[in-house]
Amino acid sequence: MSREPLLLVDKIVKTFGGFKALDGVSLQVAPGEILGLVGPNGSGKTTLINVISGLYHPDGGLVQYQGRTITNWPMHRRARHGINRTFQIPKPFKTLTVAENVELAHHFARPGAMTPREVLEFTGLADAADRLAQSLNSSQQKLLDLARALTTGPELVLVDELAAGLGPHELHQMADSLRHLADRAMALIVVEHHLGFVNQLTDRVIVMNAGKEIFEGSLALAAQDPIVSAVYLGNDAVDVSSVQ
Amino acid sequence: MLSPKLVSRRSHMGTNVAIPVVLLAAFSVAPMVYANQAVIFQMMAFMVLAQGVNLLYGFTGYLPFGYVGFFGIGAYGMAIGIELFHLPGLVALVVGALFSVIVALILSPLLRLSGAYFAISSLAASEVLYNVVANPALVHLTNGPYGESLVQSYHPETSYIAMVVLLIVTTIIVIVIKNTAFGRALMAIREDPVSAEMAGIAVVRTRTIIWIVSAVIAGLTGAIFGWHLSVFYPSTVFDLSISILAIVFTLFGGGGTAIGPILGSVVLYGLYNAIGISDPQYFELIYGLLIVLLVLFLPGGVVSLLQRRGNYVP
Repeated sequence: MSREPLLLVDKIVKTFGGFKALDGVSLQVAPGEILGLVGPNGSGKTTLINVISGLYHPDGGLVQYQGRTITNWPMHRRARHGINRTFQIPKPFKTLTVAENVELAHHFARPGAMTPREVLEFTGLADAADRLAQSLNSSQQKLLDLARALTTGPELVLVDELAAGLGPHELHQMADSLRHLADRAMALIVVEHHLGFVNQLTDRVIVMNAGKEIFEGSLALAAQDPIVSAVYLGNDAVDVSSVQ
Repeated sequence: MLSPKLVSRRSHMGTNVAIPVVLLAAFSVAPMVYANQAVIFQMMAFMVLAQGVNLLYGFTGYLPFGYVGFFGIGAYGMAIGIELFHLPGLVALVVGALFSVIVALILSPLLRLSGAYFAISSLAASEVLYNVVANPALVHLTNGPYGESLVQSYHPETSYIAMVVLLIVTTIIVIVIKNTAFGRALMAIREDPVSAEMAGIAVVRTRTIIWIVSAVIAGLTGAIFGWHLSVFYPSTVFDLSISILAIVFTLFGGGGTAIGPILGSVVLYGLYNAIGISDPQYFELIYGLLIVLLVLFLPGGVVSLLQRRGNYVP
């Protein structure tokens, strides 16, 4: 990678009791880059997102952002410096409306952030602006998480399984939208099980298994990799073009 | 277009200003038209306590069953200021407030809990405070179980005015908090602390601040209450029913608003004084029925009837 990294994660270790959820994971992300993070359930993808966003503090290793060590920063400080995220299980402010959710987050936004109206248009939630967040379906609540993250003015967004529940047309639109964000120099780390969606987004993925990175490269090459095939995709290599 | 809950409150400035003005007028005139000043004074005390509960529960989602602990420690802080340091009453109030801040800081780790765990642990903490204060071994400091007598500092008029001022100030604090970024941060914490953090809100700091503000409100209420009574026992100022009533008044009126706790205190404390003493059996029945109906049909309190229609509720 030639560009100066926006985010550098170095040898992160995270344990829960005797279980090592992350075992020396390292990665770099440049501004405007989309990195796919894939792997089977329990491989540590969401734990890594939680460490980068500050929800978990690691037991070892280093997280650097814009050249500064942020390993022990609280979440709100990371958010104020431009790191934000969505959640695998969406976490809206349930008793507030969609508009209120976004306005609340925007109130603490960084300069130049997208306005609430812009993010609602961007995520396709404008028509639901006056609905209570708890009345949205799970996919819409995930989009609301994204809208709320975007309106804080992030430079790095951690997107955790956004595609779940979206139809083919919506997936295509979402991939376009995320690429558009990257074009605006926003870096994205996309945790996803839907490989076709990842393939539409980026040609750089990290494959994780049992808390370790087992592959870094394009999804096409990952599908050919015997170790990846064995632990994640099954023993037979997968033709990526077949999972669009 | 901003949504109703978050719209700039400048357009509602008149309504917001009217609340403390009406309260000031009402409680300035009340002693002249109603002879039982003790009832008026206690109604004010419960309004202030309900607003303190409102800041913790209505805005932040913490249900403080042990809220009376701050009230009691404020009363004893005041008494220690007068008895031990021979301070004048108004200055001793500051000691009561300081005591409540110290206790709030010591108990601040409770904020790591939520829901029923927080409610029960705060209740346990208030019981600990009660037992410490009532401990005969501390008789030189708190007079143990034998209570405090502040008759040499008895100033019913001054303590009445102090309670009016506290009520007005507390109401203004609630209105200001409701209409500023700080109030929105509390609202976010109440909804989801993790998402609030990702919105850039310093959750630990914000909730600690509101915890201390709420504790000071209760501490000062207890201090003024104790001063007004002039003779009280640990069981008087650490009575759990004080917490319960303040919570019920807040829930009845509607948390997260400035007017809800005032409305709840006026209606329910008024009801208590109307029939609670003369016909306690009917009072208990009506009171219980009201609470059940409230929980079932109006969990947002009486003011939610207006909010449902899209009306602004200060």
